[in-house]
Amino acid sequence: MIINHPILGPRDSQEFVYLGDAALIDRPDGLAEGALDTFHDYLYLRDNPAGLHRELWYHEQGDRSWLVVTRNTLTHEITQVELARDVARARGRSK
Amino acid sequence: MAEHRLKPLCPLGGTSPARASIGPVTLTEVVDVALASVSARLGRTAEVAASAAAAGIPLPGPGRFEARAPFAAFWLSPESWMVEAPFATHEDSRAALLPVFGDAASITEQTDAWVRIDVTGEGLPALFERLCNVDLATAPEGAATRTILEHMGVYVVKRGAAQVSVIGARSSAAALWHALETAAHSVF
Repeated sequence: MIINHPILGPRDSQEFVYLGDAALIDRPDGLAEGALDTFHDYLYLRDNPAGLHRELWYHEQGDRSWLVVTRNTLTHEITQVELARDVARARGRSK
Repeated sequence: MAEHRLKPLCPLGGTSPARASIGPVTLTEVVDVALASVSARLGRTAEVAASAAAAGIPLPGPGRFEARAPFAAFWLSPESWMVEAPFATHEDSRAALLPVFGDAASITEQTDAWVRIDVTGEGLPALFERLCNVDLATAPEGAATRTILEHMGVYVVKRGAAQVSVIGARSSAAALWHALETAAHSVF
């Protein structure tokens, strides 16, 4: 499998590590009302779509960037690769 | 200050840099280069670029290496570079770069973390296609990337058509040397 890194171009998946659902970027506020329940959902509940799935990959043996990869779980086709920091900033996360 | 009678050793353990010739290819342990990593702090990339340009330090784009005297550099990750300088004059690499960047960048001395093995000679693409994902035949001169070589994370810098540097962790220097030597014996 080849992941088309947004900065470095096509790279072998051997260089990457998979973390999980890209929804992990949306970490809830631990001090908010009902944080226990939202953290339970954040930690344990995942969608398991047959189709397009947004997931986090880490370019561990490369430039060590985090990526959000949109992959079709039925065909393994990768349709979009973004830097996770751009995704997080677009959602108002991080700085 | 106490007088130290310590003998400096090279990363591969010898008192002088290791060297081996296998067919047309020569492996050389390079010990005369000091390294420091430079990472721009949040929101200060433009400031870092301006300081580097004024001081004559190249900060190449992604996947690139660039050399100017006395500094050379290759790209590590977004807003982050490894800067090389002659060991004889810039042994304290962080101190040499600190006045240039001030607090706009985080600078870390890296010299003793790495072993650099230069592979020179003809037929390098045939050797490296057995070792790692870098396609040296199509990579332009000045290409630099991090990849896996025998399960070790290394930087591969193509300094010229017949000179490639492999920069790996000093703790696995002997394993890296063994990998390069074994592959060279199997090719040539």
